[in-house]
Amino acid sequence: MVAAPRVPTPAPISCPNCGGVVELRGFAHTRSAVCIQCCTIIDPSTPELRILQKFDERMRVQPLIPLGTRGKFRGSQYEVIGFQVRTIYVDGLAYSWHEYLLFNPYKGFRYLTQYDGHWNDVVTVHGLPSFTSVSGRKAARYNGATYRHFQNAEATTTFVMGEFPWAVRVGETCTADDYTAPPYMLSSEMSGSEINWSQGTYTPGAEIWQAFQLKGSPPPARGVFADQPSQYSEKVKQRWSTFLKLMLVWAALLAYFVFSASNKEVYHNRYHFAQSDPGEHSFVTDVFNVDGHGNVEIELKTDLNNNWAYFNLALLREDGAEGFDFGREVSYYHGRDSDGNWTEGRAKDSVTLPRVPPGRYYLRIEPEMDAQASATASSGMSMFYDVSVRRDVPTSWLFWLALPFLLIPPILTTVRAAGFESARWAESDYGTSSGSSSGGDD
Amino acid sequence: MSRAANCPGCGAPVQFAWSSAVQTACQYCHAILVRHDVDLEKVGEVADLPPDSSPLQIGSEGTFDNKRFTVIGRIRYEWEQGNWNEWHLLFSDQTSGWLSDAQADYAVSFLTPPPGAFPSPNDLPRGRVFQFQGAQFMVTHLTPVRYVGFEGELPFRTADRSEFMTADLRTQDARFATIDYSETPPLLFTGRFVDFDSLKMSNLREFEGW
Repeated sequence: MVAAPRVPTPAPISCPNCGGVVELRGFAHTRSAVCIQCCTIIDPSTPELRILQKFDERMRVQPLIPLGTRGKFRGSQYEVIGFQVRTIYVDGLAYSWHEYLLFNPYKGFRYLTQYDGHWNDVVTVHGLPSFTSVSGRKAARYNGATYRHFQNAEATTTFVMGEFPWAVRVGETCTADDYTAPPYMLSSEMSGSEINWSQGTYTPGAEIWQAFQLKGSPPPARGVFADQPSQYSEKVKQRWSTFLKLMLVWAALLAYFVFSASNKEVYHNRYHFAQSDPGEHSFVTDVFNVDGHGNVEIELKTDLNNNWAYFNLALLREDGAEGFDFGREVSYYHGRDSDGNWTEGRAKDSVTLPRVPPGRYYLRIEPEMDAQASATASSGMSMFYDVSVRRDVPTSWLFWLALPFLLIPPILTTVRAAGFESARWAESDYGTSSGSSSGGDD
Repeated sequence: MSRAANCPGCGAPVQFAWSSAVQTACQYCHAILVRHDVDLEKVGEVADLPPDSSPLQIGSEGTFDNKRFTVIGRIRYEWEQGNWNEWHLLFSDQTSGWLSDAQADYAVSFLTPPPGAFPSPNDLPRGRVFQFQGAQFMVTHLTPVRYVGFEGELPFRTADRSEFMTADLRTQDARFATIDYSETPPLLFTGRFVDFDSLKMSNLREFEGW
């Protein structure tokens, strides 16, 4: 027979147990309808309205989205026609989530799941996911994405309301496995030899409130959910990319300062020193011009070999208005032991004086070597050394100082992202917290 | 063969949309008519189909893989946990296919030459994989199926398919195959799941309040 071109709204049925009115919204798809007055599950497709089950009223839960609510969701009009509570038991504690069955007569069924304020939009998966492993843990591949195994648990239906296109019963159990690839979740439900796969998409509660025009605001999401996208994962990339850009600017500035510094040698001379020389060891150099602005670097290059020397130095302006006093120890030792060759120190050293005003300068130099050793050594303690003075030498220490500050934002964000992930996985079978499931093969 | 004939039961004109149709029903006397070379044979009376909520009907039109189709028939089956419709599609190039609608979950399939002999349902364990059409098809269900009723034009007689086994096979990319044991050797249907909107269907049933 040709079906009627217009399908009438199904007439409500009266509950064969209590006589209460049970509204129907799922047309001929409905295989279970719940009389909420007396908690009886009825099969409205049977002429006698067969009772499938009576269940415990004490399990009653008020859905956040009332049955019969319609809204435009994922591009189509959907009506909430069913609601069920499903519970898993972990270490003797019950954890429940809510499932809303959405229906559109043309597009069929989909679900909204809610746990601790976290929502997922769930649809049936038609392809067959394949199994794989990621760093030694179970994983599933579907549509080119890899989903890491999150949790294995025995889920029990603990409350039902509204209608379902299958014979639903309170107390029914299935083995549920969740695999996550935020913002998606792949779930398998196994009862008997039947396996059903579904895919969830993490959906902010506000989006659902908006779609179904619900009053008030959605309950706040607590903790981190298995497939909740991390607000940090994108930020981590951004922060590191910003860091890289700043590094480029940093390197360019550094290069500019290095290459633009005049780095001009204004004085150079070679000297000999022997500790055993009689009289005053300090002397002054010729006067030299220090032009322009910037720093001054004084470099000492010695031929010390397994020896040390100390230099008392002063850079003095001829007019006496400027003077910089400083000292430098130069020591260089090397040898060979059971670990092989070793060296310690260097035969040269340098001092940089920041911001030396221009003028005519000279150096006062007073070298000093080991007086005692000099007295016993055959040739006495002596050395040749070079003194050079350079004006406007490139310096980079300020830049290196800036580097750790540039690193702070990306490292902080990376640490926060890691914290978010560890909060996510703490709730899984692989978490270290006591909340890990007793089930599974971990 | 002519596409127009008269019902041997009541004499009413019977028009075929598809030249290769094998079975249809007289719209006037509800006789089940099977087509032989030149004439029609009445083989029974159609039973009323139980109420269902498919949005499709005979005459619905749509598009699959850029080919237009018209719904010219349907067969209704049931299994342990429910029922579904196989809508018989006539494509614009005169080929025929099926659009299955199981609780508004849709899939399009076509009769396909089997890649070889299939084992009997008893020798077909779930999880068995067959390689054809460049994909791995895995057996996911073995289902006893019961015929419920039909309407419109079909490519076979329903008398042969009151109860039979089917094996459902799936691939990783949401293609599927059904091995239909109503005939010997079994028939193979292959196809894929489709999004309702992608079929761009018209002339659908309306649902009160929607």
